[in-house]
Amino acid sequence: MNWKNTTALSALAGGLLGVHATAVSAAELEFYFPVGVNAPAVETIQTLTDEWAAQNPQHSVKAVYAGNYEETTTKALTAANAGDPPAVAVLLAIDLFTLIEEGVIIPISDLADSPEEQAWLDGFYDGFMNDTKFDGKIYSVPFQRSTPVFYYNKDAFREAGLDPENPPETWDEMIEMGKQLTKRDDNGNVTQWGTRIPTLGLGGAWLFGGLVVSKGDVLSTETGMEARIDTPATIASLEFLQELAAEEVMAPGGISWGDTPKAFLEGQTASMWTSTGNLAFVNENAEFDWGVGFLPGGDGPGAPVGGGNFYIFEETTDEEREAALDFIKFMTSADSAARWSMATGYVAPRPDTWETDMMKAYAEELPQALVALDQLPYAEREFATFQRAKVTQYLVEAIESVVTGSQDPAAAVAEAQEKADEVLGDYR
Amino acid sequence: MNKRLPIGLGFILLVIPCSLLAAFTHYPAVKALVNSMWNNASSFRPSKFVGFENYEAMLADDRLSQVLLNSTLYAIGTVPLAIGLSIGMALLVNSKLPGTWLMRLSFFMPTMLPLVAVANIWLFFYAPGIGLASQILSSFGLPSINFLGRTDTSLVSMMVVAIWKEAGLFMIFYLAALQGIPANLKDAARLEGAGSVRVFIDVVMPLLRPTTIFVAVNALINAFRLVDHIIVMTRGGPNNSSALLLYYIYEVTFAHRDFAYGATLTVLMVVILGLLAALQFWVLNRKAHYQ
Amino acid sequence: MSRDINRILIGTLSLVLAGVWGLPFLYSVWTAFHPERYAANFQWNAPITFDNFFEAWNSAPFALYFMNTFILITIVLIANFILCTLVAYAFVRYRFRWAGILFALVMVQLLISPEILIVENYLTLSQIGLTDTIIGIALPYLTSAFGIFLLRQTFMTVPKSLDEAAQIEGAGAWRVLWTVYVPLARPIYLAYGLVMVSFHWNNFLWPLIVTNSPEVRPVTVGLSVFATVESGIEWSLVNAATLMTTAPLIIAFIIFQRQFVANFMRAGIK
Repeated sequence: MNWKNTTALSALAGGLLGVHATAVSAAELEFYFPVGVNAPAVETIQTLTDEWAAQNPQHSVKAVYAGNYEETTTKALTAANAGDPPAVAVLLAIDLFTLIEEGVIIPISDLADSPEEQAWLDGFYDGFMNDTKFDGKIYSVPFQRSTPVFYYNKDAFREAGLDPENPPETWDEMIEMGKQLTKRDDNGNVTQWGTRIPTLGLGGAWLFGGLVVSKGDVLSTETGMEARIDTPATIASLEFLQELAAEEVMAPGGISWGDTPKAFLEGQTASMWTSTGNLAFVNENAEFDWGVGFLPGGDGPGAPVGGGNFYIFEETTDEEREAALDFIKFMTSADSAARWSMATGYVAPRPDTWETDMMKAYAEELPQALVALDQLPYAEREFATFQRAKVTQYLVEAIESVVTGSQDPAAAVAEAQEKADEVLGDYR
Repeated sequence: MNKRLPIGLGFILLVIPCSLLAAFTHYPAVKALVNSMWNNASSFRPSKFVGFENYEAMLADDRLSQVLLNSTLYAIGTVPLAIGLSIGMALLVNSKLPGTWLMRLSFFMPTMLPLVAVANIWLFFYAPGIGLASQILSSFGLPSINFLGRTDTSLVSMMVVAIWKEAGLFMIFYLAALQGIPANLKDAARLEGAGSVRVFIDVVMPLLRPTTIFVAVNALINAFRLVDHIIVMTRGGPNNSSALLLYYIYEVTFAHRDFAYGATLTVLMVVILGLLAALQFWVLNRKAHYQ
Repeated sequence: MSRDINRILIGTLSLVLAGVWGLPFLYSVWTAFHPERYAANFQWNAPITFDNFFEAWNSAPFALYFMNTFILITIVLIANFILCTLVAYAFVRYRFRWAGILFALVMVQLLISPEILIVENYLTLSQIGLTDTIIGIALPYLTSAFGIFLLRQTFMTVPKSLDEAAQIEGAGAWRVLWTVYVPLARPIYLAYGLVMVSFHWNNFLWPLIVTNSPEVRPVTVGLSVFATVESGIEWSLVNAATLMTTAPLIIAFIIFQRQFVANFMRAGIK
């Protein structure tokens, strides 16, 4: 019997017996992933990757730590354009349209076409699946997802005479409580701000998305061709940011994402709005009693989702695709996701993860981790369109110009909307 | 007595190395011009010739006008300050004051550090509330300043970083020049009753002119060429207030994947640098008459 | 009497200036050696720790990054020494048509350095398939106008008599180059070498866009990749990493301070 027949027969046998067909074909997977500075995170990925490789000795996988999200995407696209993409990568969920436009990824729903696999795809949280779809197909699989939450310093609350178990839930409460939380020294300089919401760059745009959702609107839709920048919700959100600075609840000017957690830990701010991915960092370093709550909302709770999904690249062989899918299943399985979630504070993408003993123990020890999960039903997709980097830059500029006092909200969003429409007009 | 260059030797000595150089200097400059007349290819459609469309977009780009303004301010801000500071440093280090080796070490150290490392150091320094700058300000009872988060301070903050890095290097060039000044010239001036300041202005400064020209050209080139700190610290923000031309080219091309517009901006940059070079040439030629 | 006070005043001020100038760097170093909690709270008696270095070292393949930088610099140095020497030799020792124009064209690179043309240079590399390789990073810098200029100036100071003497002894072009010109230019080679090491160790933008993988990433890009985060920046770690990546240069500088300064001066004078 020649080789082809052997393979075909084995595949048939494998399919009949429920054994995965990849058992007969070897693949070398290159896997790009982004991580932050957290040392255990890189190690955990490596450990997980090695475990899968050990379980699947016919395959090999090379995990490439490429940098932060932006860089990993650039690197993956560059490699793809040069004809040598990784087989699988964790990239931002919002990169979907860019990757589709460049024609470098395949719809995973086409690959995961067996009934079990479709059930598997259904088993992810809806909140995280919203941004994986385009044109009726599923192009990515959630992996390290996050949503921002409201971290607050319970000791600071007590000091200000506020109930440490009742963080603010609405914008009005945020301002009221924030005013009480802001502390000054004898010179009149602020030593502790009421809250700190990053407003600069992409981090600022992310949190801004949450503000907009809490006012009942979204920033973009699943067509990838619509940017809803000039809406009453966005103007209200910008005005809220202005009010926070005007009422001296928050520092004026642009606030950067990167040093916000440190500022919180140092007591420079009594609360901060940042990713649930910072849970581990805060937990390790906080020297005060702290809690986590929903992001205070305008008309109700609202948050964006963010983080990274698995994508499988187009220029791959069938073996590589099967192996990649198998790899993804492993990495998103209850056990792996539990360990990853515990190492980083990212929200596990599947409900079954929370059933594991590991996660139950973790949730008991660190109940703050559950807040992100509870907030999920109120979360909407992050801002994403075709030409995402360019269009998001318009949004970022609008936000930055308002918080630095260069423009007023209505003008800022009108300008951004005009520019966005010009770019997206090509796609409609 | 120079000999004629034989072809074979000429090939090895000149053609190979110079082709390599041209491949990454002249060829890409021309290529940029060509590419700027085409639009971007995508998976849906190949690129097509669009003539001057990209240039029209460029003229209508108001982010670009902000970027050009920033680049101009940045050049005007860093070059004279770096020169002035480095002359001062060179004078100090060249003097008979105690501890000049310490001064020289301290001033020159930033030059040895990569700009990305310098950027990280200063990012930390500038961090509002937690950075050293804020700690110092608060010990004087002053509020912390959001250096990188305000449109009016971000560009200046970048300039400070650049000057901090460069001045030490220029100091070295001035040191060399100072040490090359014959002592008798200064003595002669002093004998005529000139004070230290007079000696400096009338004797030393003119002799430093060649160095100043060299340093100024270097500083100007660096003002366009080095944007590492923008990438690491502000990413051009807030609201493009700290974006420089090369950073904008980097962002447009590699972040927004707009290679066609990137090529257009590259042409603009080459033209600007060419004009600056011509300007310097013209200025130098005029000054040469007085040498 | 007032002159002495003047001296003391200026001396103190200048030492203070030197101290202030060095402050950002010194504080960064201090933070690297102390636990995270002191990064924003300077305290004299804070405990010293080396943990930051261990953690930073283990979080990213810095050894690999160093190796890459080392390989990169070696390639660039060798190529430059050879190629710039050849070109300078041609310009100095021979006459040929278009020498003036050619020289002017070469000098253009002083102004239009490879980073300016980053878009097209990247596309060129990508077309020849050398992105994400160390040789790809080195390629635009293998011949440098600065080196050609420097060596030409130096070769021009070589006495013609030596050249002629060697020719009389039957030396061909290559022998003359090797036995007459190169030895006399040795201090310039050293100076130029140091300038190049400094430049390429510090080069960032071009290697950033050329490289994708840790296997070829030099230390500057590695540092930046390490320091850009999704979660909060851990300053003591980042400062430790920064110090680690610059330590070799700093140590070399402190030991060979005088030579470094002298050589940079020499390169500048030319």
